[in-house]
Amino acid sequence: MLGLFALFLLLPALLPRLGYTYLGTEVMIWAIFALGYNLLLGYTGLPAFGHGAFFGIGGYLLGMTQKWVTGGLALPLAAAAVGTLLCGAAVGLFVARRRGIYFSLLTIAFGVMFWFMVFVFDAWTGGEDGLTGINRLALLGYPLRDNVPFYYFVYAWFVGATVALWRIVNSPFGQVIRAIRQSESRARAVGYDTARYKWAVFALSGGFAGLAGGLYALARFGAFPEPMSLAQSGNVVLMCLIGGGFASFYGPVLGVVVFLVLRDVLSTLTDHWLLAYGLLFMGVILFMPEGILGVLRRLRQPAGFHDTAAAHAARGDEAATVPAPPGGERGA
Amino acid sequence: MTDPRPAPAPALEARGLRKAFGGHVVLDGVDLAFGTGRLSALIGPNGAGKTTCFNLLTGFLAADGGEIRLKGEDVTRLPPYRRARLGICRSFQILNLFDDDTVLENVRVAVPAMRARGFDCWTPAGVLSEARDRAARIVRLIGLAGRERVAARYLSYGQRRLLEIGVALAGEPEVLLLDEPTSGLGVRPMETLRELVQQLSRRLTIVVIEHDMDFVLTLSDHVAVLHRGRVIAEGPPAAIRDHPEVREAYLGRLGMPNPREGRA
Repeated sequence: MLGLFALFLLLPALLPRLGYTYLGTEVMIWAIFALGYNLLLGYTGLPAFGHGAFFGIGGYLLGMTQKWVTGGLALPLAAAAVGTLLCGAAVGLFVARRRGIYFSLLTIAFGVMFWFMVFVFDAWTGGEDGLTGINRLALLGYPLRDNVPFYYFVYAWFVGATVALWRIVNSPFGQVIRAIRQSESRARAVGYDTARYKWAVFALSGGFAGLAGGLYALARFGAFPEPMSLAQSGNVVLMCLIGGGFASFYGPVLGVVVFLVLRDVLSTLTDHWLLAYGLLFMGVILFMPEGILGVLRRLRQPAGFHDTAAAHAARGDEAATVPAPPGGERGA
Repeated sequence: MTDPRPAPAPALEARGLRKAFGGHVVLDGVDLAFGTGRLSALIGPNGAGKTTCFNLLTGFLAADGGEIRLKGEDVTRLPPYRRARLGICRSFQILNLFDDDTVLENVRVAVPAMRARGFDCWTPAGVLSEARDRAARIVRLIGLAGRERVAARYLSYGQRRLLEIGVALAGEPEVLLLDEPTSGLGVRPMETLRELVQQLSRRLTIVVIEHDMDFVLTLSDHVAVLHRGRVIAEGPPAAIRDHPEVREAYLGRLGMPNPREGRA
């Protein structure tokens, strides 16, 4: 984790040579979104497909709060995160008891509903034109209008969100949601009200999406509807899958980097970049369904039936000192 | 081989339990009483309704009729997680573990001290020492000491069967329901498992679904025989072995397969 933070801390020194600082900012914002979304997808095993809606709602909440309620920076961001958390909690009431395809379809339905609401309430949201005129303002005397100070402003949020998510996945709550992914029936059998946990995860991941969406609105000086569209709602799912959200906590971050950097590189190379982009992701999903970090992890572990023993030995765990059970103990 | 102890008050009791899937009646007015501190066996041919019975007792299925009482308290309408918290803990016939998690994590997540902190999003799970210590004791008890940090999926089948019991045991059961704990085991792991169940039966109320007659007759205090959704016989093992209807239910099945037998 410290390595990741150090990398992003030093990135602005390198970025002007590789691309531009703003790309780094966008990577960190989407990383907050994807890490939070992975609580649902990778940890609880709930494939929600309308999560872009919460990202969008966060942006609008920030914009509306800043323009019409309080102004400033801190309160609008808090409104984005908390307001979206509450939206997630409300939607969660409807979806948390659903399973499999019904869960996914219902999340799509809610996503589309929010998308339409942007256009229905266009007096407040600006409709298709977006809610423009959002101000980055200044912090500690540094005008955030400049990309480098703004990069570090987002960096602070990125570090905070990543640490918070890391604590969540390693907490008792994190254990329970992992248990629900692996066997919901067993989780119920040992005394967990799994629907309440799924509801809580849904709300939490909504909150992180809202925070990311609020930062995104600051980054773009406006809140726009397109991240909420059904097509773009799929992006965060792809980011998690490509990076390996099922295999590693950091999978989504890697997925975001690959996704956004490739988009930039490909779109400068060819006008048909979307086609190449699509084919590439089809390849990833087909040939490495466990994502990039999933493949790396598998390669690092020697193949074989009792590979954990070897892996544990490599890490010096005590379990490795215990002899493997005799063959006769294996079940008939 | 009569039971020397007087029949204690039932820890778990079912009266007039009924369950049908569509038009197929699986349980047709089943009365069962499982005495406190005893090891009761629920036996019967395939499709007799044993696992359905467990699913009703634990709340995984809703009963069409009848009532279920835990220490006299009506639990018929409670969802599975509420019954688990009251101490009805079960294992599964088809292994149902948290495969990616380690042995210790599998057991720890089922410990009540951990469950009470389930919505704690901030404390590292590892520092909950009460839950960890209890989980470690159970891992030792089921004979998996030294394998605490191995992911459940990498255990041998016999060890996974032991862990299946360990997870059920972690919930501090008032009644421990074991659904075919020896299913698919070879001779030696079967022996390990039998010893574990015997050891547990000294201090716990256990109900076990089991096909292995030797296991049932030597270990249990009380046997109930289900056949076509009804309890056809009940009593100490020795009486059951010689019961004419029981012999017919089993031998009849061997001699002439019954087309009406559905899934359990």
